[in-house]
Amino acid sequence: MKRHEVPQDANSALRGERKAVYALDEEGRYTVVASSGWQVEETVTTMAVELYAEQAEEARRRVWEGLAAPLEYHMFRRRLDIPTLAREVGMMRWRVSRHLKPNNFAGLGNRMLARYAEVLGIRIDELKKVPDA
Amino acid sequence: MPDTTAAAQRPEFHHSHSAHCESGVMSSLLRHYGLDISEPMAFGLASALAFAYVPIIRVGGFPLFAYRMPPGAIIKGLRKSLGVKMRLHHYRNEQAGMKALDDHLDSGRVVGLQSSVYWLPYFPPDMRFHFNAHNLIVFGRNEAGGYRISDPVFEHTVTCPAADLQKARFVKGVFAPRGLLYYPERMPTTIDYDHAVGKAVKKTAFRMLKAPLSFVGVRGIRTLARRLGGLPSSGTDPRYARLLVAQIIRMQEEIGTGGGGFRFMYASFLQEASDRIGQSHLSEAAAAMTEAGDAWRDFALAGARLCRDRGNSDYAGLAHKLFTCAEREESAYRMML
Repeated sequence: MKRHEVPQDANSALRGERKAVYALDEEGRYTVVASSGWQVEETVTTMAVELYAEQAEEARRRVWEGLAAPLEYHMFRRRLDIPTLAREVGMMRWRVSRHLKPNNFAGLGNRMLARYAEVLGIRIDELKKVPDA
Repeated sequence: MPDTTAAAQRPEFHHSHSAHCESGVMSSLLRHYGLDISEPMAFGLASALAFAYVPIIRVGGFPLFAYRMPPGAIIKGLRKSLGVKMRLHHYRNEQAGMKALDDHLDSGRVVGLQSSVYWLPYFPPDMRFHFNAHNLIVFGRNEAGGYRISDPVFEHTVTCPAADLQKARFVKGVFAPRGLLYYPERMPTTIDYDHAVGKAVKKTAFRMLKAPLSFVGVRGIRTLARRLGGLPSSGTDPRYARLLVAQIIRMQEEIGTGGGGFRFMYASFLQEASDRIGQSHLSEAAAAMTEAGDAWRDFALAGARLCRDRGNSDYAGLAHKLFTCAEREESAYRMML
């Protein structure tokens, strides 16, 4: 990649930050060039961000339909999935899966809720509810 | 071996903008403590370049794709290759970990930390994912009790409130940092570049060409190309196939690689190394590696088009581009042997 080929597409995911890219200058020497981003990165980053957002929205609806526990919504909202959340709270996956069911979640004690709240960076009362729209 | 305990007399810390967190931190730390070493040189001497495609390890629901050695490999690699004595501390207790950081800063020492990306508030929201092996340098505190941070992937220095930094240092999960804090304790007085470069280059070439595993090195790239060429198969959800391609490109471009999945940074290392020890075959390898990087960019461009355009399902074309990457890399590694 040559210096003039370094993309400057103002990737919106970077919010105005620039990243360092290695490219060849006119003499064929490598140099660090600050790039405002590449369209390609914007496409794939947006896909990843939107996937979590869609899953969170789906979970939010299912909570209102009584099919999922609020924990599922908060998990996706924090860009986590079951294996990752399980590793972060230090529990087996099947246990976390169980806690995503409304009945099991309702039966959780404060100590267990506090472990989830800590990992998710929210308060226990926030963990127990989801926004309505 | 000069000791770094007289850190208080050190000059002011200089931030530099780097492509990758771990190589950037090591380059800046070593420079601060008196060894002038560029980011590509740190990356190359640590033999950090790699490729792996591991379907049985899942990351966020996708196979593991890696364009470099696992986190920690650069710190460890430079200890060996440069003979730098590094001090690494983990902390079980969060308060103890924060106090240790404060004590080092009070004594004038600049230190590296491992952290999560997700909990660092200065990252743009869309870049915050649960990656726990990020690296940054803390070089001071501000009046508000926050920390002054040199995060190598940012153009300028940033600040971070103490509570957020604490959370980011003590997250649990894959690559849990456990409060990791590190700094060079003793610096080498001279470096035998002839020896260090020769060894590092051969190690990388050998790993990429000869690893007896189908998911590592050049063979790994070809395995992935075959997998992509077989898409969309009857058993694969077309949506998943697109997300899979997006995941490969994210690992290659978005996650601080300097472009082309570290290939351009590595080419820069080869160029610098060739100048330093005067071996022309390394400069030829640098040119070949640049071509490999260009092939990876070409692959990313085609992949992103496929992701965007639902009518496009040219996975065979994508696989072909990946075979080109493998071919060009192979010729670069052969020049390095």
